[in-house]
Amino acid sequence: MQAAEPSIFAKVKPQAPLLSVKGLSKCYGSRIGCADVSFDLWPGEVLGIVGESGSGKSTLLSCLAGHLAPDTGEVIFATASGPRDTVTMSEPERRRLARTDWAFVHQNPRDGLRMGVTAGGNVGERLMAVGARHYGTIRHAATDWLGRVEIDAGRIDDRPSAFSGGMQQRLQIARNLVTGPRLVFMDEPTGGLDVSVQARLLDLLRGLVREMGLSAIIVTHDLAVVRLLADRLMVMKSGHVVEQGLTDQVLDDPQHAYTQLLVSSVLQV
Amino acid sequence: MTDHSYNFAYLDEQTKRMIRRAILKAVAVPGYQVPFASREMPMPYGWGTGGVQVTAACLVPEDVLKVIDQGADDTTNAVSIRKFFQRTAGVATTVATAEATVIQTRHRIPEQPLTAGQILVYQVPIPEPLRFLEPRETETRKMHALEEYGLMHVKLYEDIARHGSIATAYAYPVRVEGRYVMDPSPIPKFDNPKLSDSPALQLFGAGREQRIYALPPFTRVVSLDFEDHSFHASKAPHDCDLCGASESYLDEVITDDAGNRMFVCSDTDFCRTRREAGHVGRLGKTAGGGA
Repeated sequence: MQAAEPSIFAKVKPQAPLLSVKGLSKCYGSRIGCADVSFDLWPGEVLGIVGESGSGKSTLLSCLAGHLAPDTGEVIFATASGPRDTVTMSEPERRRLARTDWAFVHQNPRDGLRMGVTAGGNVGERLMAVGARHYGTIRHAATDWLGRVEIDAGRIDDRPSAFSGGMQQRLQIARNLVTGPRLVFMDEPTGGLDVSVQARLLDLLRGLVREMGLSAIIVTHDLAVVRLLADRLMVMKSGHVVEQGLTDQVLDDPQHAYTQLLVSSVLQV
Repeated sequence: MTDHSYNFAYLDEQTKRMIRRAILKAVAVPGYQVPFASREMPMPYGWGTGGVQVTAACLVPEDVLKVIDQGADDTTNAVSIRKFFQRTAGVATTVATAEATVIQTRHRIPEQPLTAGQILVYQVPIPEPLRFLEPRETETRKMHALEEYGLMHVKLYEDIARHGSIATAYAYPVRVEGRYVMDPSPIPKFDNPKLSDSPALQLFGAGREQRIYALPPFTRVVSLDFEDHSFHASKAPHDCDLCGASESYLDEVITDDAGNRMFVCSDTDFCRTRREAGHVGRLGKTAGGGA
């Protein structure tokens, strides 16, 4: 269970990046998924990846999270026992990482939740996966986390299928964060939600990220989402990173022609 | 009378060899589900085709076979499988647990403790304990390989969340020698403690799902539970109405339209032996005529 600890910055000044990606490429046959992506993600940092559909954002995220095996490149994660390349590490180790230090929030909550299991069971699954065997403790943690993502504790024994889309997404976030991961991958976390629900979800996410000192990589095509959440921004087109920098800098003063197009395409109300 | 148009115990020798190889592997890796090329049997799936194939592969002419279904020797499933082996193998059959060398069972472990040299063959409908939570076979195999068994507790969690206690009463998941999580076939959880440290060899055959798994003698088998909701081998809180036994697993039998019922041992051989030894239950005297 993650207690509300003081900010990670107060305790340690990070000496090394949490995640270091070097020359990552993934091809689907002759088609490029993503090519030669390199970046560092520092502890407590939120990185946004934007780009149009088919630009390789999700491929990149899947490669980083170990769902896809990249063709070339390194993904070095600062594990508790020192930096390790997650591409070459054994599958049991990678899966262990995926249910302890990492979390993955899917665009569609149905992909990330067990729809036939109650909300409490969904939140408790990761705890039980890392060895929690005390029902009362698991129940308490689940109740606590439902509260943190603003789901009424009375719904703990309801199945996700009885929840609205926004609640399902919040439940998915609770389920992922309950073991206190250090790095969260999010694939379009606000996709498919209406704007008011989106706003509440973003507000919640921003709070959790700041409060827990999480690092996160957020893939989205919604520039407003990254403006709100991300410290740093990477713009992708046709599998390549065309521009990266501080979010405000990239959005306010886009250099690359594609980024300029992207920024100017945002609808104004 | 053996029907000589069949090979001994129905299956051809190469098939028996294939099944024996699967059994040997299953014994070597307790609780691990070994795939095998299950054959079509002259009975429908769900009637114990897996158990029948395992029994056929284990039988030798000197064996004494006992077949039970829900503990009873005289139910349809037990009778037809016993007849099947009488006809195709010509082995001696018995209803006495102590006399049998091979016991094929559906849903129960006999009340009388098994002894060294006996083989207990279970008919298994769904061998995969994780199946209803994780439908993908590729994923469940990976979970077994990597010992990722947190999901099994999610099932127990759901039970407690809905019913206030672990309501799973049969097919209660167990952990074998601290390694594989196993579905002990649909035996009542009352029988789970008997799985552990048994002197007999226990073999599990799932025909439709094409899996064989095994518990060698004296294997440690632990029923999964939570620290604050521990495993409890439950049974109906009654004594047997025929033989008065207080420690055996009971069937509830409705006796008339007025709501009257009786509880009797599900293990018919155990109940009969006790009555012959002079034990009488609440309705024991009238049981011969009335119930």
